[in-house]
Parts: sequence; C-alpha cells; structure tokens
Amino acid sequence: MDSLDWAFPSSALEAKDLSLHYGPFEALKKVNLKVKAQEVTALIGPSGCGKSTFLRTLNRMNDLIPGCHLEGQVRIGGVDIYAKAMDVSLLRKRVGMVFQKPNPFPMSIYDNIAFAPRTFGIRKKEELDAIVIASLRQASIFEEVKDRLRESALALSGGQQQRLCIARALAASPQILLLDEPTSALDPISTAKIEDLLATLKSAVTIVIVTHNLQQAARIADTTAFFLLGEIVESGTTEDMFRRPTDKRTENYITGRFG
Amino acid sequence: MSDLRAFRRSRNFFASLKIASMVALGVSLVALVSIVLFVLIRGTGNLTFQLLFGKYGASPSIWPAFLGTLELIVIAVGVAAPIGIASAIFLSEYAERDFWLIRCIRLATETLAGIPSIVYGLFGYLVFVVACGWGYSLLGGGLTLAIMILPLIVRSTEESLLSVPMAIREGSYALGAGKVRTIFAVVLPSASEGILTSLILAMGRVVSESAVLIMTVGMVVNIVPVSPLSAGTSLALDIYYFASFGYPEEASATAVVLLLFVLSLNLLAFLLARLFERKKGLHGQS
Repeated sequence: MDSLDWAFPSSALEAKDLSLHYGPFEALKKVNLKVKAQEVTALIGPSGCGKSTFLRTLNRMNDLIPGCHLEGQVRIGGVDIYAKAMDVSLLRKRVGMVFQKPNPFPMSIYDNIAFAPRTFGIRKKEELDAIVIASLRQASIFEEVKDRLRESALALSGGQQQRLCIARALAASPQILLLDEPTSALDPISTAKIEDLLATLKSAVTIVIVTHNLQQAARIADTTAFFLLGEIVESGTTEDMFRRPTDKRTENYITGRFG
Repeated sequence: MSDLRAFRRSRNFFASLKIASMVALGVSLVALVSIVLFVLIRGTGNLTFQLLFGKYGASPSIWPAFLGTLELIVIAVGVAAPIGIASAIFLSEYAERDFWLIRCIRLATETLAGIPSIVYGLFGYLVFVVACGWGYSLLGGGLTLAIMILPLIVRSTEESLLSVPMAIREGSYALGAGKVRTIFAVVLPSASEGILTSLILAMGRVVSESAVLIMTVGMVVNIVPVSPLSAGTSLALDIYYFASFGYPEEASATAVVLLLFVLSLNLLAFLLARLFERKKGLHGQS
C-alpha cells in the first residue's frame, strides 16, 4: 500500500447502501450503483439531488467537509476506499477529479501539469517533461500550448483551462476520472471539444460525469443514473434510460416536465 | 419635510453631492501636496555630502542613522515576518474559525494593532533595556518594533491567505497532495503578492516609527553602530534630535531623505505587485 505504483486491481466501481449526512441533513439515501470499467457513466438529476455529493464520495473529497458522516461502502476493483488502511493520497492519485469551474493553479502550464507527479516524488526533468507532454497530448491541448509551457495557465481561455485541468488530473495516471459538470461554465465549442476528448479517454480511464445537460449524457454516456432527492431512482444503459425509462419520475425528468 | 424629500431626488441634490465630494478631494490633495512640497523645498537645499555620508564631527551627519534604520528593518522584519506568516498560516489553514480561543487570538491581534506605539516603547524599555540589561540598543529597538508590526503582518497575511479561492485548495487535494504541500506549493504562492506587500508596508512602519525608538535605542546620533547591541538612532529620530537641538536645516534635509525612503518602499511594493500580476498572467485579463 505504500508503493507509489500501487493501483486498484480494476477500475470497476461499486457503491453499496451509501448514505451521507451533513449534520441532520441526509444528502444520500442508501445509494447503490455499479460503474463498469472503461465506460462513461453519467449522473443526472435536478439541482440539489445529491449527484455531486455522490461524486465527491468516490475520491473522499467529502472528508474535507466538517460534520459530514458516511455509511455504507464504496469499492473500487473490490478495494474498500473507506477502509482504515486506505491512503487517501494514493486514492486521489488513482481517482482524479475535474471541477465545475476550471481551477488552474496560478503558475505556469508546465508546473500545473507537473504538480501531481512532483507530489509523488518525481523530480527528474526528463521524466517530468515526458509526463507533461503525454498528459497535454492526451487531453488534446498540446498543440495549442506547446510554445508557451512556461507561461501562466491563467492566461488560457476557459475551455483551454478546463482541458488543462483534465491534463493535470491525467498526469497523476488515474484509473478513474470524476468530472463535476465540467462544461457548465463553457461555450458550446469548448463543450464539444471536451466531449470528444472524453470519448477518446474512456479506453484509458473509467469516467464518471455529473451533468445537468441531458443531451450531453445522451451523447457521451454508456450508462446513466438518475438521482432525485438523494436517491438513485433508476440506472441503466443510456439508451434504455432515454428510450424506455421504467420509472415515471425518470420519464418526467427526461421529457422535461420538471428539473 | 416633503420639500426635503423632493430635493433629495432632484438633479440639484446629485450635482451638489458631486461638488462636495470634489471639494473634499481637493482639500486632501492640497494638504498632501503642500506637506511634500514644504519638506522638499525646505530640505533639498540642505542636502550636503557631509550630512549624508560624512563623519559626525563638528557638523552633523545622518550616516549613523541611515545604518541604524537599515539594521532596525532587518531585525524587526526578520523576526516578525516568519513568526507572523506562520501564525497567519495557522489561523487561516488549521484553526477552527469559531473556536473561542481562536476568536480571542484574533481579537487580541486586532487590539494590539491599535495600541499607541509609545506603549510598545515603554514595554521595550522595561524588558530589553532594563530587564535584559542590554541598555539602549538597536537590537532591543528592533525587537520592540518586531512586536509592534507582528499584528499587522498576521492580519494582512491571514487576509491574503483567506482570499485564495477554496477551489484551488480543492484542486490540490484532488490531485493527492496533502495539507502541507497544498499550503506551501499552492496557497502561499497564490498569496505571496499580498504577503510581500504587507511586509513592505511593515517596513514603512519601522522606518517612520519614532516613539518606540526614543525609549529603546537611545538616540545616539553621532556614533556609527558596530553591532546590534550598539546604541543608535534612526532617520526619524534624527529629525526629532536635529529639530530639538538647534539644527533646523539638517532636520528638514533628513525629512527629505526619510520621505524618499518611504516613497521608494511604496514604489517597490507597487512594482512587486505588477511583477506578480505579470508572472501569473493576469495582466490584461478580466
């Protein structure tokens, strides 16, 4: 468990009877979900339904919130990520996260990407260079920034910043990538670029994406789960969910009767 | 009554508000400019090589004061900066915001920042000059100044740290970084501009302070300080000394030097801020 090469046996993820309380408020109620490896899974649902909260339990970002209490299990490749022996730092190395608003660090593009490798002790310039270039390529932003790697990441456009954040997460060599409404602050062209990117990434990493945009879920997700008031109402293949929802509430949401 | 209300909404009311605020601005500008002009006109002509760099003999020199001032800055900021920045890191990154002890500490720093400097001077006199037995010394004066600027540094550093967006900290944690790495590699660099500015402003306080130094460094104007334990003087003290003991021209000349000193510190703060903006690439961005 102490080796930096440590990885989960597989990136298939399973949440079992997962409940989460913020003080007296029950944000998640016995959520059960299986995420298949090398797939894109979309979490949809109205605001405040618990989908982002659920996403944050998958890399234990909820640990940072005081007064947050969790029951149930999350297993990745069979490993309980809430077990005492779990190293949160290694967990987050293997389960990367991209946020709603691009949050590049106020440093150069290169230093942003090299942040995670440096955290895990990689210091050699050649190694770092290789990781930085590979990650930027993987996030299809290399061509746009290759001549200004030493310039500030904050000078990039919003869409470029978000792809930079994806590259930054990829540099940690994650097995799972969690994205929390990654395109909600972006224009349609940047959004399309990121959707294309996710489609190419899923062969390498398992993707879980929270989205408000139902068309987006329909376009990119293999599996979709519908959250409502802290519960999963229904989950299944995206096609089934959109064509033949079994629950009336799913149908109402998808057809735009509420949301 | 209704006349007054109607007037409040009228064009004339807004016009008169605008004129009143312009007059107020004019008064403060005139006051500021006339002080600076007065000092420059009275003092510049009296700046001689002997006064600036000469040996203190038959005619006075501010060379000892210049060295004393630099020594005081080094001691005061050198001691206060690490302690102040570390305290601010604790307050903003580790402490629980609403814990009673933390509230007390915050209240104490706010109160300390408002204490008249002569009280710090008395404290420094009793502790360093008397109790420690150092006599009048630049070290005692510098340490007293360090205590005086500590709350300033703590407060402004804490504010700079708190203004670093939570999203950036989350980004760091989400990449597997721990708390220490997040603080030192992400939060502190993001706040460095504000922290540096606060240090330079603290230097300005040190340079312009006089009450503390009268009671701790001894106002020995004629001997070049050789060690931190020497008694000494500062530029601000020299002005007081020259004005009190029959050297009005030298006093105004020293005021010019002090003014330029403070001005260049502020210029430095401004330039550093610009430099940081450019480094972060914020220049020209909204």
